Amino acid sequence: MILARPGGFQVLHAINYEAPTTLDEAVSILKTHGENARPLCGGTDLIIQLRAGVRRTEHIVDVKKIKELQVLSFDAKKGLRLGAAVPCIEIHESDVMRRHYPGLTEAAHIIGSLQIQNRASVGGNLCNGSPAGDATPALIALGARARIVGPSGEREVPVEDFVVSPGRTMLKPGELLVELLVPPPPPQSSDAYLRFIPRNEMDIAVVGVGAALTLDGDKVKAARIALGAVAPTPILAGKAADALIGRKLDDAALEAAGRAASQACSPIDDMRGTAEFRLHIAAVLTRRALSIAAERAKKN
Amino acid sequence: MSKKTAVEATINGEPVEFLCEPRQSLLETLRDVLELTGSKEGCLTGDCGACTVLVDGRAVCSCLMLGVEAQGKNITTVEGLATKGVLSVLQNKFLEDAALQCGICTPGFLVSAKALLDRNPNPTEHEVRYALAGNLCRCTGYDKIVRAVLDAARDIRSPGEAKAAAR
Repeated sequence: MILARPGGFQVLHAINYEAPTTLDEAVSILKTHGENARPLCGGTDLIIQLRAGVRRTEHIVDVKKIKELQVLSFDAKKGLRLGAAVPCIEIHESDVMRRHYPGLTEAAHIIGSLQIQNRASVGGNLCNGSPAGDATPALIALGARARIVGPSGEREVPVEDFVVSPGRTMLKPGELLVELLVPPPPPQSSDAYLRFIPRNEMDIAVVGVGAALTLDGDKVKAARIALGAVAPTPILAGKAADALIGRKLDDAALEAAGRAASQACSPIDDMRGTAEFRLHIAAVLTRRALSIAAERAKKN
Repeated sequence: MSKKTAVEATINGEPVEFLCEPRQSLLETLRDVLELTGSKEGCLTGDCGACTVLVDGRAVCSCLMLGVEAQGKNITTVEGLATKGVLSVLQNKFLEDAALQCGICTPGFLVSAKALLDRNPNPTEHEVRYALAGNLCRCTGYDKIVRAVLDAARDIRSPGEAKAAAR
């Protein structure tokens, strides 16, 4: 955030811009410049950070022209492939996304204004590495994996391991996030994402909770619960999910999951909320997100 | 000072070729290179929407896009709303409904509202407010802006009906 701005038009420092059209070309440019290069998708975080001087990069590598990063495809057996540069608005406008991954879709649709959603991508949201990114808990809840290419080949990592500290990811110099791979939703499953902010639109999460669950009749067969803005990185609350397995999703089960989710948090006090408040809200949103996901799952 | 790049784009329906530095935002390029000063600089952080333009029909903050990214794109600024000096229905409704006071936010609101109406000619008030959530106005309290957009939508759909409603 820019608190004080001296007079005059605030400009970016000098940068070089390249827009490769293939993964090989992009990796080669990123490798050449190492820490001094950064991929550009929607720019809705990066350009602000460059202007404010919180990131310094001389080489901007616009990756939106690489076709692998623009893929949005769903296969009932293989699941979802979501290119790292697909703008959030295309997720919201996709029937397949709304039907099979409503939680991830609602997360993508509450990131900033329409102006932001028209440019920002879920992949960029992840690479920005914010503890409060909305799309990341939704991805983690779904068990998404990040496919990365780099100078020494390809690798896949679970999204919960991607962000390592505020603003930092496990990407090594020269590496690029290509796409997010999400498993196909099993029968009787669904997901949901809820965020607490003090207004209706356009704010950063005080707490965000993504929940995905699979039912077997009225019992919970599988669940994943992930939280944002309650720790230095988005977290997977394994014990919160464990508290539900094999149980009916009644008030007692929801209460147990909410309590375990809250216990997985290590929040800070800041201008958006106190740690105590965040611990309370984490439990509340966990219960609610699970209830919404369960209602959706019953219809699948 | 990095070297300038040649960019070809369509701006307000006209093919345009211009030179800009990679560090210049689309907003700076529009205002300082192309002398299209309708788009305003507000926050430079994507919060206020005063710099909103359409890129391939979608509203974006031109302060958060580089000028070089405009290569091959179809861009509409507030200057592209009127046709040969005749204001669009939307612009006229902003005037009739007094949907502006100081006017700094107005170009952004007009462009965001155009993006909405181009896709959804019959929006609810809720949809109008959602579509305009990325534009801030400190004068009007928003109500007149929302009314102007709803009036414009009605007028575009059926000019007669709007006149009858006005009487």
